[in-house]
Amino acid sequence: MVMSWIWTGAVAVSVFCALVTGTGAELAASVMAGAQAGVTLAVSIAGSLCLWSGVGRLMEAAGLTGLLSRGLRPLLYRLFPSARADAQLAGHLSANICANFLGLGNAATPMGIRAARAMARENTSTDELCRLIVLNTASIQLLPANVAAVRSALGCRSPFDILPAVWVTSLLSAGLGVCAAWALGRVWGRG
Amino acid sequence: MADYIVPGLLLFTGLAALRKKENAYNLMLDGAAEGLKLLFSIVPSLVLLLTAVQMLQASGAADLLGRTLAPVFSLFGIPPETALLVLIRPISGSAALAVGAELMAHYGVDSQVGRTAAVMLGSTETTFYTISVYFGAAGISKTRYTVPAALFADFVGFFMASLTVRWFF
Repeated sequence: MVMSWIWTGAVAVSVFCALVTGTGAELAASVMAGAQAGVTLAVSIAGSLCLWSGVGRLMEAAGLTGLLSRGLRPLLYRLFPSARADAQLAGHLSANICANFLGLGNAATPMGIRAARAMARENTSTDELCRLIVLNTASIQLLPANVAAVRSALGCRSPFDILPAVWVTSLLSAGLGVCAAWALGRVWGRG
Repeated sequence: MADYIVPGLLLFTGLAALRKKENAYNLMLDGAAEGLKLLFSIVPSLVLLLTAVQMLQASGAADLLGRTLAPVFSLFGIPPETALLVLIRPISGSAALAVGAELMAHYGVDSQVGRTAAVMLGSTETTFYTISVYFGAAGISKTRYTVPAALFADFVGFFMASLTVRWFF
């Protein structure tokens, strides 16, 4: 429902703005061009997107996820103390974080949901669950494949040259997000 | 050296899978098919959203939005051209992809705005969607401070994306 309002709102704003600024001809042309651009974008990123989801599946099978999750354990216990006593929860949590890291969104969500169910108390979110969700919304990704795909489709010669910037940015946003969650948890109370 | 990161990753993953006696080629085929299915499922929304985005641009509304928010954005060093992307990113993933791709095409992939848009897209998530999926599945109605904390993380992402692009390029 939110998207219906946003989409109709965007069209309404465009029509109104074109009436005021007299850009009616450009607006009319943009309708068909925009629709075609949607298909063009999808086709132009199809190759790289397919390749990377293939490679992602391979990383999982090659045991890279397992390797990564072992390395992440100390950090995991610090963020989610209750995982120390619950091996199954620890498994779900590390699988969720690792799948996100490797850009396997489809694999990450079911694992995260299983962990979230285990962490929920009645209908109220716990501090740990808030942290888990903040981590998931901040997205730490090794290879943002779809962005690189768009860049290469637009003729960029080194679509992955943004990687260091992406890593620094997402590490900081996840880190500070978790810090904010921790600080808010102290003042918010249980309700 | 940097040129060999991605090809090297392909080689390393392939060898690691073979060493575990996995059927590397078939696994990649499965994954690629899944990627294609995912892409296919977002084509309708890309079409609708790019229509709206291009209408906003052609009518001058996107420029107007950028100019209106420019004082706030430049306070934090975020390029005002990315205003629409910043506003839509936490709400819809495919809309953000549509807006980001438009920014990269319009200002150039290797321009400051284009790069900032790419880093923003790569380092943030569809916050509200993620929150609703997780809390919905866990049956939680009292979300406490999750939304402000997650939005703060998004803000740090947008801020740092602008900063790192200025640092690294």
